[in-house]
Amino acid sequence: MRIGPESAGIEVKGLWKIFGPKAERVLTSDDRLLEPAALRERTGCTAAVRDVSFEVRPGEVFVVMGLSGSGKSTLVRCLTRLIEPTAGEIAIGGDDVLRATPAGLRELRRHRVSMVFQHFGLLPHRRVIDNVAYGLEVQGVAKAARHARAREILTLVGLDGHAGSYPDQLSGGMQQRVGLARALAVEPQVMLFDEPFSALDPLIRRDMQAEIIRLHREVGKTMVFITHDLAEALKLGERIAIMRDGSIVQLGTPEELVGAPADDYVADFVRDVPRSDVLSLRWICREPDEHDSMEGPPLPASTLIKDAVQVATATALPIRVTDGERLVGVVDRVDILAAMAPRQPVTA
Amino acid sequence: MAAEPGLAPPPAFRLPRWAAPAAFTLVLVLAYLLLRGSGTLPHDDDAPQFTAITELREWVDAHKNDSPLFLYFVNYVRLFIGGLFALLQTSLHGLGWPGLIGVMGALGWLAGGWRTGLLAMASLAACGVLGVWTLTVDTLALVGASVLLSLAIGLPLGVWAGRSPRLRRALGPVLDFMQIMPTFAYLAPMVLFFQIGAPAGVAATMIYSIPPAIRITALAIEQVSPTAVEASASLGATPRQTLTKVYLPLARSTMGLAINQTIMMALSMVVIANLINSPGLGSDIIKGLSRENVGLMLPAGLAIVLIGIALDRTTMAASRQRFRPSRVPYAVAAGLAGAGLTFVLPAEWPWVLRTAQPVNEAVRWAERSWFEVTDAIKEAVSLFLLNPLEGVLTSAPWWLVALALLALAWRIGGVRPAVTVAVCVAAIVLLALWEHSMVTLAMVIVAVAATLAIGVSLGILGARSARFSAFQRPLLDAAQTLPAFVYLLPALALFGATRFTAIFASVIYAVPPVVRLVEEGIRNVPPTVVEAALSAGSTPRQMLWKVQLPMARKAILLAANQGIVMTLAMVVLGALVGGGALGYDVVSGFSQRTDFGMGFAAGVAIVLLGIMLDRITQGADRRPPPLRRKSL
Ligand SMILES: Nc1ncnc2c1ncn2[C@@H]1O[C@H](COP(=O)(O)OP(=O)(O)OP(=O)(O)O)[C@@H](O)[C@H]1O
Ligand SMILES: [Mg+2]
Repeated sequence: MRIGPESAGIEVKGLWKIFGPKAERVLTSDDRLLEPAALRERTGCTAAVRDVSFEVRPGEVFVVMGLSGSGKSTLVRCLTRLIEPTAGEIAIGGDDVLRATPAGLRELRRHRVSMVFQHFGLLPHRRVIDNVAYGLEVQGVAKAARHARAREILTLVGLDGHAGSYPDQLSGGMQQRVGLARALAVEPQVMLFDEPFSALDPLIRRDMQAEIIRLHREVGKTMVFITHDLAEALKLGERIAIMRDGSIVQLGTPEELVGAPADDYVADFVRDVPRSDVLSLRWICREPDEHDSMEGPPLPASTLIKDAVQVATATALPIRVTDGERLVGVVDRVDILAAMAPRQPVTA
Repeated sequence: MAAEPGLAPPPAFRLPRWAAPAAFTLVLVLAYLLLRGSGTLPHDDDAPQFTAITELREWVDAHKNDSPLFLYFVNYVRLFIGGLFALLQTSLHGLGWPGLIGVMGALGWLAGGWRTGLLAMASLAACGVLGVWTLTVDTLALVGASVLLSLAIGLPLGVWAGRSPRLRRALGPVLDFMQIMPTFAYLAPMVLFFQIGAPAGVAATMIYSIPPAIRITALAIEQVSPTAVEASASLGATPRQTLTKVYLPLARSTMGLAINQTIMMALSMVVIANLINSPGLGSDIIKGLSRENVGLMLPAGLAIVLIGIALDRTTMAASRQRFRPSRVPYAVAAGLAGAGLTFVLPAEWPWVLRTAQPVNEAVRWAERSWFEVTDAIKEAVSLFLLNPLEGVLTSAPWWLVALALLALAWRIGGVRPAVTVAVCVAAIVLLALWEHSMVTLAMVIVAVAATLAIGVSLGILGARSARFSAFQRPLLDAAQTLPAFVYLLPALALFGATRFTAIFASVIYAVPPVVRLVEEGIRNVPPTVVEAALSAGSTPRQMLWKVQLPMARKAILLAANQGIVMTLAMVVLGALVGGGALGYDVVSGFSQRTDFGMGFAAGVAIVLLGIMLDRITQGADRRPPPLRRKSL
């Protein structure tokens, strides 16, 4: 994927968000290390984000996943201080967000970071075009200019001809396209998505995911994408962070998560993923032993297992897995079949 | 089956649940029979408390122009309010009748289309035909001034409260309190500050009508989708931009309802404001009520209803529809055309239908021909309900009644309502208004009993029969937009000026909301529960008594509470038609300077009664039904 010239990276260090009356006090005491339930019991506070650090590269699609209540929404809202973080550091494009003045913060939200919401957040009293132009309107762009821009974006998201409709005249999928267009219209460097598709039905959701992939290819923005749908995460994410009770328990590529889950929580998450769709040959190849013929066809180590099936059916010889010129190992039909079998043997 | 060994034998004797209350009641009755006539607090028109308040007013009047509070604040407020009213009054009169009708029609058309426009014009024209044009315009000016002030204060406060939970919490009890205050209660303090006249009337009307402006606006703002607000903030909108581009447009239609309610409240108050010499239709009504002259008050009463309809439809339409700026020029043109006609057409309203004579004759005829029936009802209620109840309440020692009230509050609501009741009772005694309060209480109790009996039955009927519900719905809708005193008209025509008239009026006034609440409560019982009961083989009657009524308990209690508050307000208003007691004290307090103290105190006593009854019934709502069974 191409990196847009106008993309910015995000750096988050030691971020905390504690809801409740005594947030500061909890943060400085040892209470902050308590389990969520115990913490609420003792102090009445909720630690929604605990000591989270990560980095998003310019142009990357970064996915945050976790169960309901794990703090994903809070985390993503802290990035532009829609929710005020309790402690930590956030930099977007190198600029310190937490130290920004109110005017500076507005500048950041107006021009550099925009957000798409789960429940769309459209303004029902405005036509689609005025919804899309809303960000430009609050910036003070003249009506003709902002409408021209809004029309361009509507074309980009495939909503030509709906400019004059009101949001309640559109289907859910179309409404979210409007939400997307509104976020795109301000030409941000970073786009934040908070479970944008979870209110949509599966078919439309698939369309919209394709749309995001296409947009990312075309405009190349940095994207932070919240979801609790693993398939969606694997499809979109270059890297995925898995959250639990406010902390990140593992951060890595889809392959790393599926191939080497950090703990049972992550393993549970990825259990039903078809490994052959995510893992490459690198994860299943083994050292060749003396019986293995070295005459088999070569395949790059980054080939997905499912893509090796065709080659494997064509030859009985073990496939040589290579990384450039270097031999990484071999896989034969049995290895591939074993990788494709369900993880838990079905017990009769 | 044989009794199992090892189990404790059941207690040999257990008092049934009703034993304690029954015993207590018995003690009360015995105490009453023994002590009747002693410890009463007979009414005295010249009680020192009253003279003290009257003197306070004299003192305030005397120092109006030297105390700094008045010199630098109250007098300016008074001047400002008076000026606003005068400005509206002169400009509305200045428009002339063609102009005013044109403007109202144009506004109606702008808000809701030609139907609404025509309705508004027809309503106003009808006021002219009824021969009360000048008074109508005065009333419009009075309502206009008070509504403008109400909205100027109420809408911003409501918006603020909608966004600040803390302010909302602080305002909540104050607004609750204001809503149970009967209209009368606002008059005396206003008189104290602003003297008798239009400014005091406008101020009282404004205060009376401000709660819905604040409350509904706050609700409207609170209901704005938080995602829309967040989306706006996420795009870098300033708080002001979010307010004007998100909050206000999204809250608009509900805020329209706030304005509508404010206007309707103001309309029902302007009549009362006439008691303190504000100009307008109320003067005819009050004159008519006190002289038992239905013919005099009917045109004015109709005019208020007509104005109410016109304003109600216009504001409701405005809040429902998208505003169409393209229509503005036409509307302005129509208004101007009307104003232009003023120079061509006669300045006075040209044609008046004289109704007073025939109406009075019809009333006399009705009184004469239905006398037997109405008199029988009146006598029966007085003889069997009102007189005995009043007799008991006024002849029992005051502390015994107080004890009974306290016990009732404690039993129904718990400790806090009981404390409130104790405070209210003590205050009433200290105000030297015990006897009159008891007379009023007797009327309220009878009226509430009748209201609940009728209202709950109609509510049940409505909930069980869709056809009946469809039939009574428009009637209920219409009844709820009528100002309170309108109900005095038929009551007066049927029963003449007696205590019973006030009770009758308050029953027909309070029944509609009770019906509505009960019907809704029963309808809102989840269909799955009804289905489950049906599949268990319940008969319709069992369904009603075992499922629907118990589950609608909250709604029914709310209905009782509403009924009581409304009944109290109306019983007091009924003083104008012979209701006597507290209401009469209030009225005479305004007409006779020397009785001001008593009137003021009576106003306070009414509020205390209201709070007391409200807390007792609300307590029933908060506390779970008494299931705990204590074994003795
Ligand atoms: N305004 C708030 N005040 C107090 N607690 C809050 C607030 N917002 C969120 N929380 C708490 O913070 C925790 C994390 O909430 P958050 O909304 O970030 O979860 P989430 O991962 O987005 O869940 P979901 O998938 O359901 O959207 C939850 O326990 C929630 O109850
Ligand atoms: Mg969330």
